[in-house]
Amino acid sequence: MTHPIRVTVNGQEYARAVEPRQTLADFLRDDLDLTGTHVGCEHGVCGACTILLGGEPVRSCLMLAVQADAQSITTIEGVSPADGGLHPIQEAFWAKHGLQCGYCTPGIVMSVCAFLRERPQPTREEIREMLAGHLCRCTGYHFIVEAIEAAAQALAPPPPRTP
Amino acid sequence: MKPAPFEYAAPRTLDEAVGALASGGDAKVLAGGQSLVPMLALRLARPTLLVDINRLPGLDGIREASGMLEIGALVRQRALERWAASRSPLFADVLQHVAHPPIRNRGTVVGNVVHADPASELPALLLCLEGVVVARGPRGERMIPADRFYRAPLTTALGPDELATAVRFTLPPAGAGWGFAEVSRRHGDFALVGAVAVVTRGGDGTLDRVRLAFFGAAGTPVRGTAGEQALAGQAPTAARIGEAARAAAAALSPDGDIHATATYRRHVAATLAERTLTAALGRCGAAR
Repeated sequence: MTHPIRVTVNGQEYARAVEPRQTLADFLRDDLDLTGTHVGCEHGVCGACTILLGGEPVRSCLMLAVQADAQSITTIEGVSPADGGLHPIQEAFWAKHGLQCGYCTPGIVMSVCAFLRERPQPTREEIREMLAGHLCRCTGYHFIVEAIEAAAQALAPPPPRTP
Repeated sequence: MKPAPFEYAAPRTLDEAVGALASGGDAKVLAGGQSLVPMLALRLARPTLLVDINRLPGLDGIREASGMLEIGALVRQRALERWAASRSPLFADVLQHVAHPPIRNRGTVVGNVVHADPASELPALLLCLEGVVVARGPRGERMIPADRFYRAPLTTALGPDELATAVRFTLPPAGAGWGFAEVSRRHGDFALVGAVAVVTRGGDGTLDRVRLAFFGAAGTPVRGTAGEQALAGQAPTAARIGEAARAAAAALSPDGDIHATATYRRHVAATLAERTLTAALGRCGAAR
């Protein structure tokens, strides 16, 4: 039996009917064709499927699509500006070679969006702690840490002008 | 789709929720889903019905009154973490070790407590702080004390037709000190072993009240009773704390698995008990 849901994804509203056992990750990818959300482990360990639910990062593989009814979601497709350019966080990953194979990147970028909002000037230690929730099987976290530091700088408000 | 098929109900009232759980079949409660959904994906759990309690009103409150902290069944771990940031360094430290922020954004405190993973932090905290689980069933509400709640890994005193609507922690009294430590492979992983301690000192400097609990050291969270008794009423010296920690660890019967041997777990438990008791002693009189 399917259940009707209405969900807002990247500002657009969708009305669909879903089977209760369908995860939100599969719904985004298979029903909405938003394949930027990646699925890795499918049981909450790897972080590749991280999206923003009401602005907070969550694992889309650990939520059922039916639970997304009346909720607002942002996926990696909603991060970059509409003109086709890159968000400063994406720009920093590109500039600092933080992508490597790129499979884990969308999940990390979504986490970083919320992380830098809460901690605009994180320490290296805080960045590493945040990254513990994301597995990069290329095992090169160093460039990712540097990319997040660069993103924090890029997003920092300009220093007050001195007279 | 990875999970086996199931029916889905999203009740709007507590009575409807309890009614759905009692309707027969193998029903499971879905709150944050951070433990249940992985079990569905791996087909370790194959319930016939999921009762999603996320639309129930009045279960998202954090209330502090007369030395108790009551946390409703829909309070996310992240919400308690934010509450604790300015009010309770003990809770803040413990919650930092519960998985990762994206998990804590969805995972509930009550769900973690009743899931009863023996290596999880919050069940041991509930035991250490002599908390209770508030359960609502077809015959009404009952309180289940933490020391009678945990029976085996993932097994509690909660009946299949009961819904845990809240948990209540007894907050450490004024002047109490606390300690928390765990050993895990990576930050946010389940602990191999962990310990949490809360102590208070009398006017003469002797230890008044000692509470010590372990996680990852048995099939359930366990109190370090032998260590508590060895210290109660005593003047705390480094030697006594070391002896008490070893006594508490000696009483444990941890399991060995692919992550750690039983001998290693008992050895680490003694070290962590000593560290947390020492830290608790050092914090007596500080914020708690």
